[in-house]
Amino acid sequence: MDRKKQQEAYENYVKKKTPVHNLPVNMAKAFITGGIICAAGQSILNYCEKMGLNKDISGGWTSMILILASVILTALNIYPRIAKWGGAGALVPITGFANSVAAPAIEFQKEGQVMGIGCKIFTIAGPVILYGVFTSWVLGFLYWIGKIAGIF
Amino acid sequence: MDYINAFWVGGLICALAQILLDRTKLMPGRVMVLLVCTGAVLGALRIYQPLQDYAGAGASVPLAGFGNLLWKGVKEAVDKEGFIGIFLGGFKASAVGISAALVFGYLASLICEPKMKK
Repeated sequence: MDRKKQQEAYENYVKKKTPVHNLPVNMAKAFITGGIICAAGQSILNYCEKMGLNKDISGGWTSMILILASVILTALNIYPRIAKWGGAGALVPITGFANSVAAPAIEFQKEGQVMGIGCKIFTIAGPVILYGVFTSWVLGFLYWIGKIAGIF
Repeated sequence: MDYINAFWVGGLICALAQILLDRTKLMPGRVMVLLVCTGAVLGALRIYQPLQDYAGAGASVPLAGFGNLLWKGVKEAVDKEGFIGIFLGGFKASAVGISAALVFGYLASLICEPKMKK
């Protein structure tokens, strides 16, 4: 009986200590943060297209500038604060990818150039690149077969 | 108008990802992988490109846009080079993003000292 009470008390304690996610509020924050980052990207895109660059190159410039900005904000320890408030809004855009590359590179520099920075820089980028490339490879393979079969 | 479209589509993708983060036990890295793969598949199904034409950076800046870019690169390379294009196009199309993240990330590690987490 005593045991049962103890367990109940423990379960209540765990329940109390587990952070309660307020989903609508978090979604609103993610919406605003992600929206602002995408609108910033749109302004770079528009500027590039106004300068007469083609669509692909404009997209390249947009990614590069957003990544640079994100790495600088990561180095200044500002991006983690944005991510803490914005949640997925700071994670999902390409700036979140850049943050996930720069943050471990900075953090693990003491472990050396190769095993520290060299390995840890791919902690998140590695899986993203691997599965992204693999998925597109499979789709490309299917497309290639489809083309031979005359479907496309 | 294009700013509003970029804002709400980009924001919506992020808000949907927030549901995944909060309601499932998926870690941020897995959500990112999932988004890139989803983007590539939606690209191949010809759903993502119309969205990107409508929303601009609202669809290309989130990681799903990265997946779409990978697929677009592979498709264009297959059209141009045939079989070897399957191996060529993905990295070619995504080169700017990957190179920029790696180069700037490495430079940041040379310049910055690690900071204590608060």
